[in-house]
Amino acid sequence: MSTAETTAGAVRPSSRAVRLRRSPVGRLFTKLPFWLLILVIIIYALFPFYWALRSAFTPDPELFSTPIQYFPSHPTWKHFDDALSSSFFRHALLNSTIVAGAVTLISLAIGSVAAYALGRFRFRGRSFVLYLMLSMTIFPQIAILGALYTMFSGFHIVWFLHFPKLYDTLWALIFSYLIFTLPFTIWVLTSFMRALPADLEEAAYVDGATPLQVFWKVLLPLIAPGLVTTGLLAFIAAWNEYLYAVSFIQSPGHYTVPVAIVSFVGKTSAFQIPWGTWMAATVIVTLPLIAATLILQRRILAGLTAGAVKG
Amino acid sequence: MSTVATPAPVPKRRRRRTKLQRRQTRLGWLLLVPALAVVAFVAIYPLGKSVYQSFTNQEFLAGLEPTKWVGLDNYRTLWHDTIFRDTVVLTIKFTAITVSFEFVLGLIIALVVNSSFKGRGVMRAVMLVPWAIPTVVAAKMWQWMLDDTYGVINDMGVRTHILSHPHAWLSEPATQLAAVSAVDIWKTTPFVALLLLAGLQVIPNDLYEAASVDGANKLQQFWRITLPLLRPAILVALIFRTLDALRVFDVFSVFFGNRLGAQSMAVYAQGTIVQDGHVGYGATVCVAIFLIISLFVVIYVTFMRVTEE
Repeated sequence: MSTAETTAGAVRPSSRAVRLRRSPVGRLFTKLPFWLLILVIIIYALFPFYWALRSAFTPDPELFSTPIQYFPSHPTWKHFDDALSSSFFRHALLNSTIVAGAVTLISLAIGSVAAYALGRFRFRGRSFVLYLMLSMTIFPQIAILGALYTMFSGFHIVWFLHFPKLYDTLWALIFSYLIFTLPFTIWVLTSFMRALPADLEEAAYVDGATPLQVFWKVLLPLIAPGLVTTGLLAFIAAWNEYLYAVSFIQSPGHYTVPVAIVSFVGKTSAFQIPWGTWMAATVIVTLPLIAATLILQRRILAGLTAGAVKG
Repeated sequence: MSTVATPAPVPKRRRRRTKLQRRQTRLGWLLLVPALAVVAFVAIYPLGKSVYQSFTNQEFLAGLEPTKWVGLDNYRTLWHDTIFRDTVVLTIKFTAITVSFEFVLGLIIALVVNSSFKGRGVMRAVMLVPWAIPTVVAAKMWQWMLDDTYGVINDMGVRTHILSHPHAWLSEPATQLAAVSAVDIWKTTPFVALLLLAGLQVIPNDLYEAASVDGANKLQQFWRITLPLLRPAILVALIFRTLDALRVFDVFSVFFGNRLGAQSMAVYAQGTIVQDGHVGYGATVCVAIFLIISLFVVIYVTFMRVTEE
C-alpha cells in the first residue's frame, strides 16, 4: 500500500496541531475541559458522602431549617454521641463484626484448600468444579430465601441427624453468607495459585515434603497478598448484606449494621426523623470500610478484576 | 532448583507419572470435599427445596393448614398475579435504565482515567468509595438528599432554576423509578468504570500510534480500535450488572418498603415469604425470578457466541 503518501499527508496537519497544543495558551485550552471533567467525576463520587458528613455535624435546628446551609456553621459531635450511646447500634456493630469476621475466616480456610486443589493439581472434573463455582458467583440469593427460611426452623437431615434451629441467630447469617463469599474466594484464590511458578513446589517435593506441607509452608505464604484481598472483599460483602439479615433476624439485639441503620430510631424526638443521628451512624459504619479500601486499593482492584474479567 | 527433579529414565518416569496422576486425582478431590459440601448444603440443596416448595401450599406458621402437594396451582396463580407482573415490568425498566447509564458513564470515566495524568492513583481510589459503601447506607444517604423539604437536591434544583418547585421524589409515582435508579447508578458506575479501565489498560499503545500515523482521528480510533478490543470487558461488565440489577432488593426495600406499585421482584418475593409467611407461593415467585434471570444469561451467552464468529 502507499504508506509513504498517507504518512506524508497526515504528518503536516498533525504537527501543526501539536505545535499549537504545546504553546502555553493551547495547553491550557486543551487541558481545561479534561480537568473540569475530572473535577465533575470527583464531586459526583464524593458529594453524597460529604453531605452525610455535613449533616452529621450540623445541629438539629440548622439541619431542619431552610434555606439549606452547605457547611455547618456550628459543628457538633452530638449526633455521633447519640448514635454511639445507643446500645442497639453498638450491638449491631459487634454483631456485624462477628458475622463478617467468621464468614471471612471460614471462606478463606475452606477456599484456600480448594484453590490449592484447583490451581496446582491436574485431574478430571477440575474444570467442572471451576465452572460450578463460577455459576455460584452469579447465583441469585433470592432464589433460595424460602428454603433457607424453613431450613433455619430446624429439621431432620436423616433420622439421627438434626439440623439445629438457627432462625434469629447469627449462625443463620454466617451459614447463609457462605453462599456468596465461598465461591468467589475459591475463584479468585485459584487464579492466584495458578500464577505461582512450579519450581518452588518441586524443590520442596524433592526435599521430601508432603503435599500438605507444601501447601502450608510454601504456597500459603506466597499467596498471602491474595488472601488479604479476597478476605477484605468477602468481609465487605458480608458486612453490607441486607436481604438475608432482614429476613432471618427478628430480635433487635441480633441486628447487623444494615438492618440497624434502616430501623434506627434515635432519641431526638418522636415527630422529627433523626436524620442527623442517622447520618452520623452511616459515617461511623462506612469510615472503616473506606479507610481499608483506600489503604488496600491496589490489591482490591487486582482482586475485583481477577474475579470478574477472567470470567 | 528444578534441574534436580528432571534426570530420570524415560519408562520409569512415565509409570511414575500415571501413579502420581492417580494420587493427584485422589488428593485433589479430597481437598475439595469441604468446599463442595458447603456449596451442596448452602446452595444446591436449598435450590432443590425451593423448587419442591413451589409445588406445595406450605405456610411458615405450620398448623394453620397441613402442607400438601398442589401441583401447578401456584404457577397458575402466578400467571394471573398482576402484582407480580407489575414487579417484573418495574424491575426490567430499572435494569434497562441503570445498566445503560452505568455503561455509558462508566465508559466515559474509564476513558478519562485511562489517559495518563498526575493524580490518576488518587482518582482510582476516589472511585472505590461509592463501591465500598453498603447499599443500604447509600440508600439512606440519598433518601436524605432527596428529602422533600430539607433535601439538598431540591435545594440545588430550585436555586439553579432547573426545578420550578421542590419534588417529593420518593412518593411521586413519576419520579420514584428515577430516584432508585439514581442511587444504583451512583453506587455502581465507578465499579463498571474500573472493570472497563482494566480492559482498556490491556490494549497495546502501538495500535493507537500506528493508527494516528495512518491518519485516523480520535473518533475513528475509538470506533475501530478501542471498542472492538474492549468488547470482552464490556460484555462481562454488562452481564454482571444486568444480573445484579434484576435481583435488586436493598434500594427498593429502603425507599419504598412493600409499597404497592414500587416493588422489585425480590422485594415481592421476600414480602410473600417473610411478611406473609406464604412459603409455598413465595417459592414459586423465587423460581420464576430464577428463570427470568437465567433467560437473560442465556440471551447474553448466545449473543456472545454469535458475535464471536
